Amino acid sequence: MTTTAPEKQTRDYFPTEDEYQKLLGRRTRFGHTVRLTLLLMLTIAVVGLGILLYTIIDDSFGLVAVINENEPEDILAAYGYDPATTTLNDLNKEQLVEVLAGSVSSGVGRRLERDQRFFEDRLVFETQEKWDEVCASDDPPAGCDGGVRSKGNVVDLVQERVIRPDIVAASGLTGSILNPDRFKEKVQQDFVDNPDNYEPFTYEDVRYTWRAWFSWKFITSPASDRPEIAGVRTAVLGSIWLVIITVLFAVPVGVGAAIYLEEFARPNRINDLIQTNINNLAGVPSIIYGMLGLAVLVRILEPITSGSLFGEGAPNGRTILSAGLTLGLLTLPVVIISSQEAIRAVPNSLRQAGMGLGATKWQTVRSQVLPVAIPGILTGTILAVARAIGETAPLILVGAAGFITVSPSGPFSQFTALPIQIFQWTSLPQEEWRHLAAAASLVLLVLLLTLNAAAVLLRNRYSRRLT
Amino acid sequence: MNDTTETLSVDTADMPPDPTLTAAPTAMKNARETPEEAGPGVIETKNMDVFYGDFKAVADVSMNFAFNEISALIGPSGCGKSTVLRSLNRMNDLIPTARTDGEVLYHGANIYAPGVDPVEIRRRIGMVFQKPNPFPKSIFDNIAWGAKINGFKGSKADMKDLVEGALRQAALWDEVKDKLNESGLSLSGGQQQRLCIARAVATQPDVILMDEPCSALDPIATLRIEELMLELKENYSIIIVTHNMQQAARVSDRTAFFNVELDTKGQRTGYLVEFSPTDQLFTSPKEKATEDYITGRFG
Ligand SMILES: Nc1ncnc2c1ncn2[C@@H]1O[C@H](COP(=O)(O)OP(=O)(O)OP(=O)(O)O)[C@@H](O)[C@H]1O
Ligand SMILES: [Mg+2]
Repeated sequence: MTTTAPEKQTRDYFPTEDEYQKLLGRRTRFGHTVRLTLLLMLTIAVVGLGILLYTIIDDSFGLVAVINENEPEDILAAYGYDPATTTLNDLNKEQLVEVLAGSVSSGVGRRLERDQRFFEDRLVFETQEKWDEVCASDDPPAGCDGGVRSKGNVVDLVQERVIRPDIVAASGLTGSILNPDRFKEKVQQDFVDNPDNYEPFTYEDVRYTWRAWFSWKFITSPASDRPEIAGVRTAVLGSIWLVIITVLFAVPVGVGAAIYLEEFARPNRINDLIQTNINNLAGVPSIIYGMLGLAVLVRILEPITSGSLFGEGAPNGRTILSAGLTLGLLTLPVVIISSQEAIRAVPNSLRQAGMGLGATKWQTVRSQVLPVAIPGILTGTILAVARAIGETAPLILVGAAGFITVSPSGPFSQFTALPIQIFQWTSLPQEEWRHLAAAASLVLLVLLLTLNAAAVLLRNRYSRRLT
Repeated sequence: MNDTTETLSVDTADMPPDPTLTAAPTAMKNARETPEEAGPGVIETKNMDVFYGDFKAVADVSMNFAFNEISALIGPSGCGKSTVLRSLNRMNDLIPTARTDGEVLYHGANIYAPGVDPVEIRRRIGMVFQKPNPFPKSIFDNIAWGAKINGFKGSKADMKDLVEGALRQAALWDEVKDKLNESGLSLSGGQQQRLCIARAVATQPDVILMDEPCSALDPIATLRIEELMLELKENYSIIIVTHNMQQAARVSDRTAFFNVELDTKGQRTGYLVEFSPTDQLFTSPKEKATEDYITGRFG
């Protein structure tokens, strides 16, 4: 009796050998199916993101159809060079400046010279007297600080001011490689259909060249109303300023609040209420933060945000400071929540160990809890800040400037930012702007990647120190 | 070995002054010179109850832990030994739901009285936890940190001596002397526990509470820790929790047996059965429950 009991139980509760084998097969197959499904999901994610990246890159490079107001060959011939053997690049700086001086008005020339001199030892457009006078004034132009334009810079000026290329059509990267003829046919067709658009030029004047919309020159040039020379310097600098202010505001305040809530706050009704509100704030749409920024930072706190309280002269509160603080407020809840999670994940045994040695709460938190939590805090923070860089709506509300070419010089400057620039370019009708918008998106992505990489490096340094 | 005892015998007078328990150091010294069984001990609990929320984990514990003795707490799992131990240096304050009623006197002063800073209590009454919990820092820093935060005034060389002394006492020095800069987490479980013992010893507390310090150790390391306890007894009072009755018999001067019983509400509340000199408890226990437990007839 006693020996049969366990056997009987096995028969009753567990499958027979055959059944078990069948079941095992089914379980294994099910596992495989799940794995394939998960792989499929990953593929969808990768393909989706891949398509996004592809579209951006595709628009950032490609063939363009250009009409030059003055053909380089004609210019060279006019100055007595042989266009068959020389190009603009073969000329030396003196010769190039001569070409430039022959084409631009003296007013433009003076402005260029005041931005940066052409030669160390002589002036081209200005008279020495006038130059000395201008440089002695209260607000001397940049050119007075010394420094001379390089030859490459002068070549660029000749391109912009003398040749004056006008891009009439542009093609994406794939189309340019696989089927350039179709692009050319399309351009030609348009000349046949709408010749008025191109007066006084004809299809004969069209030149095809490759153009990298995304280039170092694009990043370093200020905004312009001519797509051929427009760049994103103002927007990039604006975005960098915004990130700095956002981080300076949101990280100390957010991490501090998280430490308080996790380590010091007693679970009472007020703290519960605060916690609930923070959780809800994390889900509030960004435009609402924009309204808050407009009402409070731009309007009510105008003396502070315009800098007039500190003797700075912004005309109103629509400054980098207002926008940065708005983005800071927007990121704050996420920084708090993710920091709280990171702090909560630190095992309690470490707190006990610290306090058990006679450390105060703060000593324990500072030396034992935070070092362990910092990698997690960084991860959450960087995600939050990365979101903020891409925010457009609140910036529009707090008054990002539509078109400025002056680089921001401090927290009280007017500004524009990359997403604003992208938004504006995409809303313009001509095709060229779309390519510029794509290139600007690429700049934004690069900026994000750089930031992320910096955060990952920082995080790894911390993690390595811990293990 | 001489070096280490020297480093460790730094008098508590060198440590920051003691604002709330000003009488303590002198009282302690006197008591140490004439250890007297009947007099008040280093720690005394009076009708102590410990609750976790509404749950009464231990009830009505009154014990007197004598100076410079090793006291052992034994009893079945879940009877509240760790709970009692944590109440003795206010570590239970870290558990939000925990609450201690009754009195715990340290050198005659109630550590739960208003105005007493638990930080100071824990600095005087050190603790080694049931589960090893080294800091995720270097082995050196694991030990140095406790001294630093408590106002260590010595030079870098003094700190090295302190660390080496503590590690030697915890029988860990030979194993780690070449890798003091490696993480404390890179050690084995038993080594980690000895690191935690070294860490507690290095701050030179007055009393050391140890919660099953040897549960993860091999017999040789166990023996070494037991030797350490006997050595420390000269200057410290020690209270250990152990499941190893031989260990209690080997090292302790007095042993407390805790048991657990279902109360009227069906809660498992722990209580003190008896607290007697160790030889007496193991040879002629006063209570039947104690006898059943130590002879293995328990439950
Ligand atoms: N943090 C806590 N919160 C709630 N209840 C707890 C907590 N810690 C312990 N308890 C309860 O208190 C009782 C005593 O636990 P304790 O850890 O003191 O037992 P123990 O005697 O140390 O057991 P062991 O020998 O297994 O370590 C148990 O019923 C346990 O469930
Ligand atoms: Mg325990």
